[in-house]
Amino acid sequence: MTSAPSPARTPARAPSLGRPPLLLLVPGSVGAALLVVPLVALLLDTPWSDLGAQLADPAVRDALWLSGLTSALTVALCVLLGTPLAWLLARVDFPGRRLLRGLVAVPLVLPPVVAGVALVAALGRNGLLGGPLHDVTGWTIPYTTTAVVLAHTFVSLPFFVLSVEGALRTAGERFDVVAATLGADRWTTFSRVTLPLALPGVAAGCVLAWARSLGEFGATITFAGNFPGTTQTMPSLIYTTLQADPAAARTLSMLLLVVSIGVLVGLRRRWLVTS
Amino acid sequence: MRSRGSLRSHLGRRVVAVAIVGALALTGCSAGAGGDEETLTVLAAASLTETFTELADEFEAEHPGVRVRLAFDSSATLAQQALEGAPADVLATADARTMELASDAVSGDPRTFASNSLVLVAPADGRAGVDGFDDVASGRAAYVACVETAPCGALWSALADEQQVEAEPVSLEVDVKAVLARVVADEADAGIVYATDAVSAGEDVATFPIPGADALTTTYPIAVLEQAREPDLAQEFVELVLSRAGRDVLDAAGFSLP
Repeated sequence: MTSAPSPARTPARAPSLGRPPLLLLVPGSVGAALLVVPLVALLLDTPWSDLGAQLADPAVRDALWLSGLTSALTVALCVLLGTPLAWLLARVDFPGRRLLRGLVAVPLVLPPVVAGVALVAALGRNGLLGGPLHDVTGWTIPYTTTAVVLAHTFVSLPFFVLSVEGALRTAGERFDVVAATLGADRWTTFSRVTLPLALPGVAAGCVLAWARSLGEFGATITFAGNFPGTTQTMPSLIYTTLQADPAAARTLSMLLLVVSIGVLVGLRRRWLVTS
Repeated sequence: MRSRGSLRSHLGRRVVAVAIVGALALTGCSAGAGGDEETLTVLAAASLTETFTELADEFEAEHPGVRVRLAFDSSATLAQQALEGAPADVLATADARTMELASDAVSGDPRTFASNSLVLVAPADGRAGVDGFDDVASGRAAYVACVETAPCGALWSALADEQQVEAEPVSLEVDVKAVLARVVADEADAGIVYATDAVSAGEDVATFPIPGADALTTTYPIAVLEQAREPDLAQEFVELVLSRAGRDVLDAAGFSLP
């Protein structure tokens, strides 16, 4: 943004770069079609008249409610656990930091079903932690809504942590140092300086974690199971409905799509304005 | 130097792109042509995993140059796949209802080759110490069953109504092998599976009868699909399943025979 742009640089006189080369145009268009066509097909194929009847079905309302509840709890848990973790990774120099950062990112590339199997191994009734827990308290984690939230948090937390850590690194340590020289202790610095500066990253992380949680299927059905009202989220309901009634499954998919796009658009206006 | 390097990498990328397109085209062709080896694709209910794997081996031994590809899943899922035109030759489901679902994709009349009934299984030395169906009926044991869209779930739903079982399962699994896996891993106190699954799990599980289960059985139909690329081979596979040898395999696995 120079105050006096040279005439040659004004948009009207900008030298033409030529037409986009076919080598970019064709694959780019194919890529766009690949992303857009299935959604349009879903839109056209949805028996909209069924929507009312679907919404009246208790199983659908249970699943919608459960999806909303678990994704909200997942985001809360991500903020509670992920923010300190991101801060540790961004600000504290400890041995094994690089290794830990790598491990935190692993669930990003892990197939969700594998995540479910890993969670059973850790928290199942015979799991590493789940076994002793069951012996001492009699509690079983799988088949509960808690298990759904844990599975969702497992797959969503990396998105949140990486987003917040990025924001913390971008903000840099300068302001932290200034606050420290002015006599603020480390907690005050964190809560009054570091965190407010990283808020856009926290917001973006929340949206990513929420979206990942809403769509989560593989880890949930593997670890938490599938029962209406306690563990059957929208994706699990859609999957089981698909076996019996593909048309109903399409309506349900549309419902989930509308809800998620609605929230994303609402949030985008507020938080995720791209520069 | 720099521009030459980038030119070279540009060319390199072009070569890679062409190679990828070429590879895609090649795999597309080979899937269609197949060369000398013929492939027979069989979609079969999850509960047929062991028996059909054995029968497929037998079929391959009898037909040199033929490879049998097996896909096991919930019958309802397979029926949908067949209906959507999945490239397969034979469909075998765990009840008549799911076969009926796929009727538009079936050529000729499906033939019944086996029947099955439900039993209760519990982990062999499970934590809950389940020792009979009463533990499930009373709600003391946390049990898992199939989702109602799958044949094993539909059958259990009918049986539970008949026996007036009020206790709900803790989870509804997509197919019977998923139920069995939960029990074998001792992640559930008990599970409702087919008699044949209890046989296949062997010593990993303790098996208990369910009152009224013998009167409420499910029958397994098998059919050649409309879209079969190898309809003759497919018919031969169906004949093998219905043959003396096929019956022996099914009988040994615990199926009842028509």
